[in-house]
Amino acid sequence: MDLVLQLLFTGIGIGAVYALVALGFVLIFRATNVVNFAQGEFSMVAAYLMVVCVELGLPYWLSFVIALAGMALLGVIFNLGVYYPLRHRTYLPVIIATIGASILLSNSVLAIYGPQPQVLQGWFDTPGIQLGPVYLDSQYLLIIGVTILLVLFNFWFFEKTLLGKKLQATSQDKEMASLLGISVSTMIMITFIYSAVLGGLAGILVAPVLFVSIQMGSTIALKAFAATIIGGFGDVAGAIVGGLALGVIETFGAAYISVPYKDGFAFLVLIAFLVFRPQGIFGERVAEKA
Amino acid sequence: MSASDNMIQAPAVRSKPLIVRHLPYFLGVAVLVALAASMQFDGYILNILLQATTFSIAVFGLSVVLGLCGQINLAQAAFFGFGAYAVGLGTADLHLNFWLCLVGGCVITLIAGAFLGMSTLRLGGHYLAMVTISFQQIVTLVMINAIGVTHGPDGVANIRRPELFQSSQSYLAFCVAMLAIVGYLVWHLPDTKLGRAMRAVRDNELAAGVNGIDVFRTKVYAFAVCAVLGGLAGGLFAGGFAYVSPDQFSFAESIQFLTMSLLGGVASPIGSAIGTGLLILIPEWLRFLKSVPGLYLAIYGLSVILIIRFMPDGIWGFVSDAFTRWRAHTNAPPVAGALQLKPASAGGDIVLEVTGLSKHFGGLKAVDGVDIAVKRGSVHALIGPNGSGKTTTLNVLSGLYKATSGKILLDGTDITSMAPHQRTAAGLGRTFQNIRLFRSMTALENVEIGAERPGNTMIGKGDDALTERAMEALSFVGLGNRANELISSFSYGHQRLIEIARALASNPTLLLLDEPAAGLNSTEKLELHELLKRIAAQGLTILIIDHDMTLVSEAAQHITVLNFGRRIADGESMAVLRHPDVVSAYLGSE
Repeated sequence: MDLVLQLLFTGIGIGAVYALVALGFVLIFRATNVVNFAQGEFSMVAAYLMVVCVELGLPYWLSFVIALAGMALLGVIFNLGVYYPLRHRTYLPVIIATIGASILLSNSVLAIYGPQPQVLQGWFDTPGIQLGPVYLDSQYLLIIGVTILLVLFNFWFFEKTLLGKKLQATSQDKEMASLLGISVSTMIMITFIYSAVLGGLAGILVAPVLFVSIQMGSTIALKAFAATIIGGFGDVAGAIVGGLALGVIETFGAAYISVPYKDGFAFLVLIAFLVFRPQGIFGERVAEKA
Repeated sequence: MSASDNMIQAPAVRSKPLIVRHLPYFLGVAVLVALAASMQFDGYILNILLQATTFSIAVFGLSVVLGLCGQINLAQAAFFGFGAYAVGLGTADLHLNFWLCLVGGCVITLIAGAFLGMSTLRLGGHYLAMVTISFQQIVTLVMINAIGVTHGPDGVANIRRPELFQSSQSYLAFCVAMLAIVGYLVWHLPDTKLGRAMRAVRDNELAAGVNGIDVFRTKVYAFAVCAVLGGLAGGLFAGGFAYVSPDQFSFAESIQFLTMSLLGGVASPIGSAIGTGLLILIPEWLRFLKSVPGLYLAIYGLSVILIIRFMPDGIWGFVSDAFTRWRAHTNAPPVAGALQLKPASAGGDIVLEVTGLSKHFGGLKAVDGVDIAVKRGSVHALIGPNGSGKTTTLNVLSGLYKATSGKILLDGTDITSMAPHQRTAAGLGRTFQNIRLFRSMTALENVEIGAERPGNTMIGKGDDALTERAMEALSFVGLGNRANELISSFSYGHQRLIEIARALASNPTLLLLDEPAAGLNSTEKLELHELLKRIAAQGLTILIIDHDMTLVSEAAQHITVLNFGRRIADGESMAVLRHPDVVSAYLGSE
């Protein structure tokens, strides 16, 4: 029973990371109708930026700020270089371009930094606290805490602020939004910046738990995407529930079934969902009007 | 020949048999195979050639699924690996016959590809991208970790070749011959029924469905063909190199296949071969790039972005596009005879009988208990103010929406729960208000897809009969002389006519026209009116939706009026148009 609780805690911690990246997916998908396959590379690049800054001897908080600022810049470059020139084309070229961008980003980092995985210190000096039978790792606590805060922030931002409403309007009907005087290209730019920062945040938070490696981006992204499908594509709540569920499933799978196939469980769950409940837990409307 | 006595009866289109027309290709292939078998290459060149030929076959697969059918596959290296491991483990560990292993590998990839396709292809394209990546990752995991079966990271060595092709030279010749055969089939595929269906699905899924194409099945076929070609290529690769290991079948390799396909031109096997050749040779020339890990894949990533941005059709697409445009103007279409419409009949007086039809979107009752009876041979109009449920009714009739309740009988057959392509096979033809043509094809090809509907009794066997029927339909709407032009070169009004020709070529029992006059100028409207008369004169039953009251009142004998999803009037045209409820619905009342 103690082990179960311990695994549950770890699973939720890891799942929170998937949820954060999944949120980035969903935001870009809603604004542009495109799945950004380089979303995971945002996490990886941010983690490397963090490692570089800390190695330069900068304080942790400053490194954090610089890494996130770097992600905002990457969001701008990504939008201008990859999405924006293709915005009038169908989804297929855009998907392929984002896959190209993902390959470009991960291998550029590999070429610059080499294949050796890096280690990043956690935010806190205390490794964790013992709560009854369960040991609560401080970094996992931080991840869970930040995810809760971000979900709340997200809700407030999109439902209560004017900018959030403009973003929603853009994602629902671009033509109408532009007729109402909303600059669609600005809104899309903001979405890319926001989701790059969100992905970066997830990468920085998870880096002390995993190693910082070239593959971390694609691994996280694939699972985050699986999470969005499990939750119901395009649904914010679905992304979060899906991410948490996937983290828990994977942790238990690794503990009770097989460690080498840990990364395979997410995909098996994904394929099972696609076959039996493709609309996910919360449901996506999959229809086109004639 | 009643309506067409003034037309010249042209000779039927007959072309030389395919095998004769393509003789130069086979002669060229024979020379290439002979060269491959007889020229003395050194080992390095031989390996590069073997790699290029086997990879090309795998990339052909992508040209089918991505180029023809518009579906993505990011796991081609995994299918390639299936074939390679089948031959590798089969010949090295189990000491089985090479041919048996090669065929076995193809069967396994066929099953895997079909299963993967069936799990995902009903959903949007981004699901497919992600699921194929996931599949690729699982396959790599298994190859590395299932050491008992796959030998794990060590890979499989001592893979054998068939007795007949023991020397590398003769094996290369064999691979070149395989490449030529597969290349021929893939090259010819776009002009077959399946190939046209794939292109139609790529260009416009909805229109493909209402033209009698089973969209899902077509996609699964394309995906399975792609997988099998990957498996075949992998099997040949394993025999050629005698050693395989998991890193040769990783996600990075799938990306490499994709880049090869995009660079050369995704729509054609020639492009695939060009792209594959270039991406195998360029890294050999720029070998120094490989000294920095990652650099060379980073360049692939960048090239993908640049190709998509600046050269979406690849190198070959660029060349062949120019050729197609040139041919469209020089190659005069064959002259056609007069179109004959012989709508099928089960004998009853009513062709379309709709009873109690409802379509609710959540709480909104867009269509609410509507009855329509369309008499055989008549022109029946469905009218109503904006938002009255006309187009929703049409979409429920053609199967794009599922009816909430009610029953639809087409010529006595219950089609209520059929998929769109099944309704088309049952005799339904339709056009769209916002034109849905297959935009990358010529006018003729568009109409051919219509003519090809399952159950069309008006076409004979073979491609020539199909072309003939399509030409007749195009000439019927007055565009026969422009048959070989691409859709983009036609005006809006002419595109509408092509859509009607596409529906007519299928010889439907009932033709549904969704606001055919929308967006037409007054001359075009007059022409449309004449066209409708000529169609009706051949006894084809028409159900038309339109706002244009002049057109409706002159063309239709019978009118059904909808308002707020309900039927408010029904009957003979003039009487209905004077009906007080109809007048108030259109003009408002106190």
